[in-house]
Amino acid sequence: MSREQMSARAALDIADGSYVNLGIGIPEMIAQFIPEGIEVILHTENGLLGMGPSPADGDGDPELINAGKRQVTALPGASYFHHADSFAMIRGGHLDLCVLGALEVAANGDLANWSTGGDSIPAVGGAMDLVSGVKAVYVMTSHCTRDGIPKLVKTCSYPLTGVGVVNRIYTDLAVVEVGPDGFEVVDLTEGVTFDEVAALTASPIQDARSARVER
Amino acid sequence: MIDKRVADPEAAVGGVVEGATVMIGGFGEAGSPIELIHALIDHGASGLTVVNNNTGSGEVGLAALIRAGRVAKMICSYPRSANSTVFPELYRSGRIELELVPQGTLAERIRAGGAGIPGFYTPTAVGTELVEGHEVREFDGRDHVLEHALTADLALIKARRADWHGNLVYNRTARNFSPLMAMAATTTVVQVAEVVATGGIDPEVVITPGIFVDRVVHVASPAHESDLVARGVTYP
Repeated sequence: MSREQMSARAALDIADGSYVNLGIGIPEMIAQFIPEGIEVILHTENGLLGMGPSPADGDGDPELINAGKRQVTALPGASYFHHADSFAMIRGGHLDLCVLGALEVAANGDLANWSTGGDSIPAVGGAMDLVSGVKAVYVMTSHCTRDGIPKLVKTCSYPLTGVGVVNRIYTDLAVVEVGPDGFEVVDLTEGVTFDEVAALTASPIQDARSARVER
Repeated sequence: MIDKRVADPEAAVGGVVEGATVMIGGFGEAGSPIELIHALIDHGASGLTVVNNNTGSGEVGLAALIRAGRVAKMICSYPRSANSTVFPELYRSGRIELELVPQGTLAERIRAGGAGIPGFYTPTAVGTELVEGHEVREFDGRDHVLEHALTADLALIKARRADWHGNLVYNRTARNFSPLMAMAATTTVVQVAEVVATGGIDPEVVITPGIFVDRVVHVASPAHESDLVARGVTYP
């Protein structure tokens, strides 16, 4: 499953009228796949609700950017606000959903996505605030690293972004929820079997597909 | 009669002392007060503690201030970016200190500093290495960490329009930290593209009331960091 396909899959699960923060990088792509007729209000932590797509070449404003420093537009109904208000929306439980990337997700929902430890320059941005306050936290990530190492694990080895915060994970292989007993597969990518997913997950994982009606 | 206008950026940063804490507005380049930062470089004050979300880009603005060796410590949420080369080198060689703060906590610490709230509890970063040693307290069955307010000697911010009282209106996502920093600093200096006489801004649309502002500088065509970097400009 490509990044576009993962984004399209995740976009199907966002309810009409939701206030959503999409993390920089791959999760941003979800915005392009919101189905016709569904209105989702995008929040960007640097002070805009009602964020729209990138402007046409030459039409951009270097003072109208998203959290990834990319130029964007503002849709009808948009609003600008300062950083304390922006993070009040985040921390105060007003956003319905955020979608973030991950280095690792643990079976209890712990998320590691801000630091690989070691020598890299530490940088955190708004990730820790997002996972502490937004009503639902989804992750979008490859099921394994480029070297084939599972990213869904028993316990995170990288520094934590949040404890027990992740609700659902969209990977190229499956949609996985974090349940009371750990990981549960609720949807599989076409052509992928449950056993294949289990083999690439470094933690016990249950097949919860028959028990679910999606959305 | 109240008239907070000063002649130019050089006059605006006059009086900053060695070792001062300086809050600089901006999120990436949006709202970055380039001309005021360059005046601060020209002024020469060093040993500064600087509060900003990032560490600048290329070799202009905040990155140039850091490269000039004027900054002893950064208080910041995201010191990394594609064009951010100056800070990593200084940090790795131990020549600049970093206090890494989650972005929302940073915003609220600054707001609290201006609002007379010396400390507050937040759920952000509980259980992570960033708050090791912080006091933890439970509210409604959930752990929160104690954070302290941030104040500064000087705030350098950028807005769109000011009147002679220092009432401010901002531009789009260039607003970000500036209204908070304006409150939290002893001396707040703002550069604006447009100055109007007192009475020229509808009270209903004022975002930063002039009570928080000390000096207003008119910079008619402010530079944008990305444009300077693309053209290979360095400062000085």
